[in-house]
Amino acid sequence: MVCRFWGVNSQSLNVAYVASLARIDLSKEEEALFQSQLGKVLEYARELQQVDVSSVPDTPVDPNLPTNVLREDVVRPSLSAAAALRNAPQQANHLFIMPKIIE
Amino acid sequence: MNLHSLTIKELRRKLAAKEISPKDIVSDLLARIAAVDPQIHGYLRVNAEDALTQAAQAELDKPLGGIPIAIKDNIAVSGEGCTCASKILENYVSPFDATVIRKLKDAGAVLLGRANMDEFAMGSSTENSAFGRAHNPWNLACIPGGSSGGSAAVVAADEAIAALGTDTGGSIRQPAALCGCVGLKPTYGRVSRYGAVAFASSLDQIGPFTKTVEDAALLMNVISGYDALENTSRPVPVPDFTASLSAGVKGLRVGIPREYFIAGTDPEVQAAVRQAIDWYADHGAEIVDVSLPNTEHAISVYYIVATAEASANLARFDGVRYGRRSPDGTDSINTYSKTREQGFGSEVKRRIILGTYVLSSGYYDAYYNRAQKVRQLLRRDFTEAFKKCDVILTPTSPTAAFKAGEKSDPLSMYLADIFTIAVNLAEVCGISIPCGFTASNLPIGLQLIGSHFDEARLLATAQAYEQGHSWHTRKPTL
Amino acid sequence: MKYEAIIGLEVHAQVKTNTKMFCGCKNEYGGAPNTHVCPVCLGLPGALPAPNAEAIRQTILTGLMLDCQIAEVCKFDRKNYFYPDQAKNYQITQYDLPLCVGGAVTLDKYAYPKEVQKEACADSGKKIRLNRIHLEEDVAKSTHFDTESGIDFNRCGTPLMEIVSEADLRTPEEAFAYLTTLKRILNYGKVSDADMEKGQLRCDVNVSVRPVGQEKFGTKCELKNLNTISGVRRALAYEIQRQIETVSQGGVITQETRRWDDAAGQTYVMRSKENAHDYRYFPDPDLLPVRTDQGLKTAAAAGLPELPRQKKARFVAALGLSEYQAEVLAADQALGDYFEAAAGESRLAPAVANYLINDFLATEPDTANIKIPAEHFSQLAALVADGKINSKQAKEVLAEMLAGSGAAPADIVQKHGLAQVTDLGALAAFCDEAMAANPKSVADYQSGKLGAINALKGFVMKKTKGQANPALVDEVLKKKLGS
Repeated sequence: MVCRFWGVNSQSLNVAYVASLARIDLSKEEEALFQSQLGKVLEYARELQQVDVSSVPDTPVDPNLPTNVLREDVVRPSLSAAAALRNAPQQANHLFIMPKIIE
Repeated sequence: MNLHSLTIKELRRKLAAKEISPKDIVSDLLARIAAVDPQIHGYLRVNAEDALTQAAQAELDKPLGGIPIAIKDNIAVSGEGCTCASKILENYVSPFDATVIRKLKDAGAVLLGRANMDEFAMGSSTENSAFGRAHNPWNLACIPGGSSGGSAAVVAADEAIAALGTDTGGSIRQPAALCGCVGLKPTYGRVSRYGAVAFASSLDQIGPFTKTVEDAALLMNVISGYDALENTSRPVPVPDFTASLSAGVKGLRVGIPREYFIAGTDPEVQAAVRQAIDWYADHGAEIVDVSLPNTEHAISVYYIVATAEASANLARFDGVRYGRRSPDGTDSINTYSKTREQGFGSEVKRRIILGTYVLSSGYYDAYYNRAQKVRQLLRRDFTEAFKKCDVILTPTSPTAAFKAGEKSDPLSMYLADIFTIAVNLAEVCGISIPCGFTASNLPIGLQLIGSHFDEARLLATAQAYEQGHSWHTRKPTL
Repeated sequence: MKYEAIIGLEVHAQVKTNTKMFCGCKNEYGGAPNTHVCPVCLGLPGALPAPNAEAIRQTILTGLMLDCQIAEVCKFDRKNYFYPDQAKNYQITQYDLPLCVGGAVTLDKYAYPKEVQKEACADSGKKIRLNRIHLEEDVAKSTHFDTESGIDFNRCGTPLMEIVSEADLRTPEEAFAYLTTLKRILNYGKVSDADMEKGQLRCDVNVSVRPVGQEKFGTKCELKNLNTISGVRRALAYEIQRQIETVSQGGVITQETRRWDDAAGQTYVMRSKENAHDYRYFPDPDLLPVRTDQGLKTAAAAGLPELPRQKKARFVAALGLSEYQAEVLAADQALGDYFEAAAGESRLAPAVANYLINDFLATEPDTANIKIPAEHFSQLAALVADGKINSKQAKEVLAEMLAGSGAAPADIVQKHGLAQVTDLGALAAFCDEAMAANPKSVADYQSGKLGAINALKGFVMKKTKGQANPALVDEVLKKKLGS
């Protein structure tokens, strides 16, 4: 289990950091542009902090949702390895190949 | 013979009478596409040969037997590409059919080609297509709306008899309004999402673009229904949507939400919608003043919830199992980062980053969690309103089609979704139908909103208006 | 200063279903690479998950076996991180509403490593509290080459239970006993084969040290790459020693993930806390919540077996086994069931238990598939108890049974002429012969050297090729010798 520490709302959007979490390289120009554009969007969305949500029950699951829509444990046909690998950018010996995995 | 400008209903009649064959329809459409699509760019791909083969094999006793339909390029068709108008999926071939595609095939439809769109359905103008923007048939300098702009444009330009699109925050209704055709966003759970490439899973729905309300009902009959492959699809009975089309509007309570009639809406749009209200009143409907007080928060909620879900949904595009992989990577991590840098367009990157941020440690409660709570309030607004009325009437879009490149600031583009977004957040159904034209001859859309799984009444309400007007018969000059 | 270790375990157990967690592909070990895959478990564009009812049922059953509270409502969440063995780059798991909460594992005495079973700690019946059990999807298998890695998605998306303990463990031996006991229980419920070597049971360990008496926990490290139960014990022993040495020399433990290298017998830093993930958990919008109070829990409870501890207690109370015998036999459900079938009447049970534990288990059998008819063991025990054969002969019969002849003990006895001579007339004749041949022994005995009778007995046994009933020989000789 990972602990999660909720901070207070802050406008400290760090585009470079978030982009690295999202695994997207950005050019310096794009980074600066997004910083300003998304800053504005977040500024706009800050209005949500003023909304009174006290009437919304704090249940983690929406009680209006249907439940237990489950699948029976019955085997269905899989793809053939050829079909599975058809779109692979790189493959060998029926494996998907990619540059060496690092932690 | 000019078949491309006919409706599903008209073509079905001609087919039944053996006046024409499915091949005639497809050939006529292929000629039309060849003539006008270079201007519109509504299609990303048309496989003429395949369409003709399908036409030759079409079973006419099926509900859509021989009817050519365009498919937005984010819906999976077995053996075909599914680019989502993104470079990252440029060479991807889907090994399976979306549930709606299986249903269309079972119903005898001919899959004509793949419609242009905003990349991964992110946009309101179809300017975000990696393969070039689509144009509005009524004015080529204008955008056709989005994200299903290609689907709307090809139907409006008579390059398809009907089309499928997806609607996450207005992506069917807004382009339908801007191109002057009919576009329906079903209730969340009515149509299976299986095979539609996910943008925001809790908001996405597949729906039809057609030339008439009746055609929309015909398509809804085919594509609706519970699907065991899609956990959030609902086991709600599917009525024959064409059966109640002529129910009329006498005694119908039409709700007018005051929050949707605001400054900032184009006066021509306001006037056209006011006239529609008057028409309903004149024809026996009861006009009811309703309130959707949380409307002002809809855009904030939407751009938090939708981008958060998208940030996870689009994580799978990493160049490992499929899609275009950057050759510049040397290890797994920088292969991801470069693949996604090179494969995604700006708007997609922007939304993934926003969505990643609102979920990230320390900000989740402030943004995502709060947005979900306000979403509950929005949903409650609709529940309350539907106690007072049967359908809700609003403009579809605050303006008619705008010029390409006009809205360069993302926020101003987002704000244009104000009238359509809440419908997705509340998971209700909505339809856009033509209700007039601006002085510069651009279509104006009327949005009707129905309660959960009340598409039958929604369609009947739209049908009554359409029958009383001729907007839907106007054609752009191309 | 004396230090103690604080240990918590996160155990991942593969759930035994026919299909994967969210699609209909086979949940099967092995198979040619990428043949048990489909659009869902490959994360293809447009594919959506459909949850497996059986995996949920088995997880609830596990919770019931481990005394957990079963959540009335639970949901699935997305855990976001990029890794090539994940098809979607998020894992569907359960974050804040797991299926099972709380619970405990009571450590079995003979689940401890052999050399500490006699120590007090093993006898204490220590309870290790559980924090939770949740259900998630497993990842694919990657193979690493020089500059590239290859990925097989057959395992990707198979159901996986994560069983999280509280930090109640204090020694490597307790961790060993915990895993052993847990594995027994999972096997009993048929929810997991839980074979660590096959990767069906995987375990991450959190460990810290603190001076005895100190309340505050020390900084913990996480250990990965633990592939056997004894490996867990060795890794912990090493890591605890490392931490104690560091701390007692005034050093500081940094929070980090360390990899155990079993061959080198050492742990190495994998990543430090600075590279910690930000998993961005949020409820999976593709999946509806699950309610356990509308039939799922009842259905799971119907599969609740008699648990190892209960079986053990019953073996002791009803069949007169020793605690050791009872636990060894109850540790393996199939063996326990076989034993019950083999034991027959309760008077024979301890003897049958001995045959099974001392002789049969020595052959390292596949206990799930025992060929010897169970009743043969009780028949053998009855032959001994009824004096038809002696224990030495019993061993011979047993050897042939274990060799797989399939013959009934009585037939083996007959075939080899093993039956004891119990005919008093015949025995009297042998005794007379013995006394005639050994007058000195007779004299010795009669003069009070009672041990001299053994020579006479030996003579009879030799004459009868060991088949004389020793008790009867003793009786007849004593009578004839006039005592």
